Amino acid sequence: MRFEDVSIAFDHPVLEGISFQLPRGETKILMGVAGTGKTLILKLALGLLKPDSGHIDVLGNEITAMREQELFALRRNIGMVFQESALFDSLTVEENVAYRLIEETGRVTEEIHERVLEALRFVELEHTVSLFPAELSGGMRRRVAIARAIITQPEVLLYDSPTGGLDPVTSDRIIELIVKQRDVYHTSSLMVTHRLQDAFTMASHYFDRQQNKMLPVGDGVDCGDLNTRFLILRDCKIIFEGNAAELLRCTDPYIREYLS
Amino acid sequence: MPLFSPTEFAKEQVLAVQEYSLLAGRSLSNVFTQPRYIADTLLQADLIGVGSLPIVVLTGFFTGAVLALQTSSTLQQFGSLSLTGKLVSLSMVRELGPVLTGLMVAGRNSSGMASELGSMKVTEQIDAMRAMGVDPSKKLVTPRVIATVVMLFFLSIISDLVGLTGGFMISFTLLGLDASQYWTTAYQALRFGDVIMGLSKPVVFGFIIASIGCYYGLSAKGGTQGVGRATTQAVVAASVLILVSDFFITRLLMGFFQY
Repeated sequence: MRFEDVSIAFDHPVLEGISFQLPRGETKILMGVAGTGKTLILKLALGLLKPDSGHIDVLGNEITAMREQELFALRRNIGMVFQESALFDSLTVEENVAYRLIEETGRVTEEIHERVLEALRFVELEHTVSLFPAELSGGMRRRVAIARAIITQPEVLLYDSPTGGLDPVTSDRIIELIVKQRDVYHTSSLMVTHRLQDAFTMASHYFDRQQNKMLPVGDGVDCGDLNTRFLILRDCKIIFEGNAAELLRCTDPYIREYLS
Repeated sequence: MPLFSPTEFAKEQVLAVQEYSLLAGRSLSNVFTQPRYIADTLLQADLIGVGSLPIVVLTGFFTGAVLALQTSSTLQQFGSLSLTGKLVSLSMVRELGPVLTGLMVAGRNSSGMASELGSMKVTEQIDAMRAMGVDPSKKLVTPRVIATVVMLFFLSIISDLVGLTGGFMISFTLLGLDASQYWTTAYQALRFGDVIMGLSKPVVFGFIIASIGCYYGLSAKGGTQGVGRATTQAVVAASVLILVSDFFITRLLMGFFQY
């Protein structure tokens, strides 16, 4: 995915001259104070909004030049976890998770049911399959949204504040799932977060398949190997791009204050 | 308080008309492209058609009955009480059946569509649908438009018949008219043009009800308050457009059938 000199304004400019690349397999964490246009970058990447100027390439397609009808096919290769989960409240968890698959077959087949269970097993919510979103807690809804986004194993995943408004224990659980997705499937992803702790957990932990849990990076493993980088937005622009170590060494007074 | 800008207001109105026209156009062109959501269309047909039946039957019955009651005194003055069947028949089939059914269904379903789609919009469910590669105009709008057009057509026919029955009950019990006289005059009064007028209106009204309901729902913003506003606006706009378009369809078809 590539953003090139992207600008968008509503009543006032929100993003100006945004350029960055998300190479295959990399995770980029977007940070910045509220209202700096982080969610907007995700919506632009999906083609849900069009920029006023600039180019956005996603999976080899210049989406800024594509019509809505053409974008529908491309979006099937991208998974998005919305800030408030955005589950369809009139459908069960199974129908929500299987939404894309049902679109293709028209009904829940035995094979789809198995895939739903597999996706729900990934987020450890297998028992909720026949419940409605209103019957789940906020953290569970967020995990169902992750299951819905990953069921088709998309090439790119976009997470919009996946831990926003959740307690620290639930947040850690969700971050563990995101790390698991990163280290097991090596999906490229763009993640917006307000929580510094989550961002640094992602940059300093890896998922151990043998023990089936997230572990801190020990001696001999470089954080750089985790393929996780940071982007910090301020006043419509990107003011920092780099990995965790570079971020900690950064001397910019605004970033120092942000980190503290 | 910021000053009111006529230019901004005009721009907003032109934009609203443009967006409505695009949505309405897409809802029709979707009929000719895959995928078609037949199950969703049948579900909507059940909700709109079967769900609206009680209010349409009640409205039709009492409109026919009150029509017979109101006109009888005037007709009696001219000694033409026997024309009650003709008058009820023409009024119901050409005008009141389709318009009142349209207004009742607008009140019930335009608001329902605006609030349902509006809630989906403000909770990002519409964006989620687009993000998963599903076209909301195909999945949500077209099934509602088709279902409303087809169902309103049949609901209007039911309303006409029930209205005539209402008129008959009054004519027979209170006015002492003969049953065969009422039904014969009612039947003979109708010409081909009257039936065409009565059956073409629900098609247009059905399209207005569903497209307006969906448009206001999909353009809702500002949380629950915005959904409430969209619901009210949908009912008002659909009702007004039904009455305005009724005038133009009537005038057009009157010219066509040379009344």
